[in-house]
Amino acid sequence: MASFIIRRLIASIFVLFAATFLMYVLTTLAGDPLEELRQSSAPNKAELMEARTKLLNLDVPPPLRYFLWLGGIFRGDFGVSVQGQPVNILLGNAIASTLTLVTTATVVAIVLGLTVGIISALRQYSGFDYGVTLLAFLFFSLPIFWVAVLLKQYGAIRLNDWLANPTIAIPVIVVISLLSGVLWMSLLGGKVRRRLIVFGLATVASVAVLFYLSATEWFADPSIGIVVFSVSALGIAFGITAISTGLRNRRALYASLVVALIGIGLYFPMINYILNGMTLWFFLLLVVLTIVVSGLIGFFMGGADRGPVVRTTAIVGFLVAGLIAMDKYMSYWEVYANSSRVRGRPIATVGASTPGLGGNFWIQGIDLYTHLLLPTIAIVLISFAAYTRYSRASLLEVMNQDYIRTARAKGLTQRTVVVRHAFRNALIPITTIIAFDVGAIIGGAVVTETVFGWTGMGRLFVDGINHVDPNPVMAFFVVTGTLAVLFNLIADLVYAALDPRIKVGS
Amino acid sequence: MNTTATQEPDTRAADAVAEISIEQKETEGLSQGQIVRRRFFRHRGALIAMIVLALIIIMAFTSVGVDLWGLRIPGWWTYRWDEIAPKVNNGVPTLSLFPPQFGEHPFGQDEVGRDIFAVVMRGAQQSLMVMAIAGVVATVIGVVIGAIAGYYGKVTDSVLMRFTDIVITIPLIVIGAVLGKTFGSLGAAVLGVVIGVFAWTTMARLVRGEFLTLREREFVDAARVSGARDRRIIFRHILPNAVGVIVVNATLLMAGAILLESALSYLGFGVQPPDTSLGKIVSDNQAAFSTRPWLFWWPGIFIIAIALCVNFIGDGLRDAFDPRQKKMPSERAMRRAGRATGPVVPILDTTDPDGPHTVTVPMEAVYTGDVVNYHDERPEEPGDAQHEPLDPER
Repeated sequence: MASFIIRRLIASIFVLFAATFLMYVLTTLAGDPLEELRQSSAPNKAELMEARTKLLNLDVPPPLRYFLWLGGIFRGDFGVSVQGQPVNILLGNAIASTLTLVTTATVVAIVLGLTVGIISALRQYSGFDYGVTLLAFLFFSLPIFWVAVLLKQYGAIRLNDWLANPTIAIPVIVVISLLSGVLWMSLLGGKVRRRLIVFGLATVASVAVLFYLSATEWFADPSIGIVVFSVSALGIAFGITAISTGLRNRRALYASLVVALIGIGLYFPMINYILNGMTLWFFLLLVVLTIVVSGLIGFFMGGADRGPVVRTTAIVGFLVAGLIAMDKYMSYWEVYANSSRVRGRPIATVGASTPGLGGNFWIQGIDLYTHLLLPTIAIVLISFAAYTRYSRASLLEVMNQDYIRTARAKGLTQRTVVVRHAFRNALIPITTIIAFDVGAIIGGAVVTETVFGWTGMGRLFVDGINHVDPNPVMAFFVVTGTLAVLFNLIADLVYAALDPRIKVGS
Repeated sequence: MNTTATQEPDTRAADAVAEISIEQKETEGLSQGQIVRRRFFRHRGALIAMIVLALIIIMAFTSVGVDLWGLRIPGWWTYRWDEIAPKVNNGVPTLSLFPPQFGEHPFGQDEVGRDIFAVVMRGAQQSLMVMAIAGVVATVIGVVIGAIAGYYGKVTDSVLMRFTDIVITIPLIVIGAVLGKTFGSLGAAVLGVVIGVFAWTTMARLVRGEFLTLREREFVDAARVSGARDRRIIFRHILPNAVGVIVVNATLLMAGAILLESALSYLGFGVQPPDTSLGKIVSDNQAAFSTRPWLFWWPGIFIIAIALCVNFIGDGLRDAFDPRQKKMPSERAMRRAGRATGPVVPILDTTDPDGPHTVTVPMEAVYTGDVVNYHDERPEEPGDAQHEPLDPER
């Protein structure tokens, strides 16, 4: 294994060198950094050109200049831009904002894509499946910049107008409720009678919820409250147990319920005392603490078969704690939306944060989320479509295998067959595809960042090309290229770890 | 999945047999091309997509005419795409469905009065051209590199595949932006070539994979024993067997190319100012969204329509080439087939009746009768076995 990793690593490094060389030569061929000076009418034109030539080593031919540049990279120096700013500083600011955007979008796309793809595969040739297939094709074909402009218009401007007076019109309630009824009906499936019951219940429930939200103007000052929170926490405990181990596993069910009850008990102390005066590190510490404590509960209540129980309780604990955090965020929403910087238009269209906005941890968090919302949707829409298709195809392929038939023949429940036997094997090809995709997603972020005015790596790259500025362009490429190569390597290793048929190192 | 579970066992068996007889009926005495064509035309989405795409292509190229390297052929539309016309109705689109009419400017006009229908048609021409050229260039490069790497193996393979790894590390939009800035001003055709030169990597990997399995097969040995040279084996014997993978990947590549071109033009690194393309129209007019939304909607709709059509055609082709992806015929069709064949003879093991509704029929099992003429390019002789109807008992 170790020798395989080392060999792969060495090969990857060589690939990276060659790719940067290719890219460097192409970038230098693509334009002359002196062009704008040549056309200028400044009196000291010759000196300026001289200075820039010296700054960027333009007197050295490109293939040799590459090695000068490479020497700088080894010393951790990405060179200077045409204006003479060190690229390191530009890059440092840019990486953080781009990684925030891309990581959020990727995680959301993976979770959504896998879930929808799996349901779509399990309900193959149902209305839901056809609908998802059609939507996936549509999302595949969407130009991301076009979606982004539409999102700005409808997702931000119109939504902000609506948030100023958040009541929902009766026809809208009816249409949304009917849609949610159809969605639940096609998700749960079954015979005609069952379908009709599900449809009716879902529709009526949606009407009730929407009517309540509209009548109380919930969106102006959202909150969850102890009642809804308690019901959701218990629901999470039951739901996660049902998917993860099945409700027959009483130990897992009781452990999850204990975790949920502890969460309910901690609701008021958390909201009123502990979560006030929060810092990022304390927040992360609480997250880790939550997972560890709920895992321990699972460990001590798990009995003989601990693994699945620990997994279940950890997930339940994480989600319940997430709900509490969400309620805390919501309690600051009104303050945020009406602050002097935001002025009642909370959904942002430009940049990564509101300039000059103070406030505590929670306000800053809301600010980040409102800025992340639209670019994330734009990126998610497109990669989500691909993941849906891949996970659907992959799961269908696995469900056709003989060992699935054997598992069914043994009398295992549908849940066990799908989660334990099919899903794990279906994940193998999906991991590879996701790892390959990471490089492409950062590339796609170039367009999204341009539309939404994020000063990230995409902006660095686009500006670099516009000003014929090779060093920022190369800095962008070094980061994306390294990430792409790294994730390819990770994909290989994960593949070997997941699939025992692949022998690494032979 | 549970729909068939409630059926009686004997109907299930009958269904399975019927399904096999359908399978045989639709393949007996047909060449692969005929089977693929039949399956493709049965895929309704792909068929509609093909018709729509053909209409868009015809409309784009005939309406404003062709203007290539000095060659000018005028089209049937009154306005040229760079002509500034007097404003009608303040530039609002005159197209309406009730009552159905086109009017003077069906897609409206921009602030100076250019006819948006003509502009969008010109943009669609450019985008389609980039798509086609990039698709062809990338397919040719990818197939040649993949074929050589897969066929020769060893050092050739590792050198070519490392080269592919290097190119794959550079995201397409990055290389497109770097080169598009320079070459975009030379016109859409050059931009297409530039995109194609870097978009071949997936194709090369897939073709290599296909060649690695195909070159171990008996018909390749047979060709080699009968003295065929490498070039003939690669292009005459192996390549036609890999055509499914190639065609499907080529369509996906083209759908990617049109989106890439529009994104590049949007960023300003694609087709350059005197000329236009769909992405550039969106980019030029996005600021005017609140006042003149049609400037934004029409080019976007055309990008989506073209990409969607190409994707659907690709999906149809995939289904047509890959028998495993085929949907099972409806129950009614199977019953009809069962009645038509009379008392059915149990032939083979049936597929899992409880599983998902796909039929797994490996290519070879279907073709066992036609090995003589399977993918042989030679003209048919009257006595060839393929003229005999397929014998189910064989």
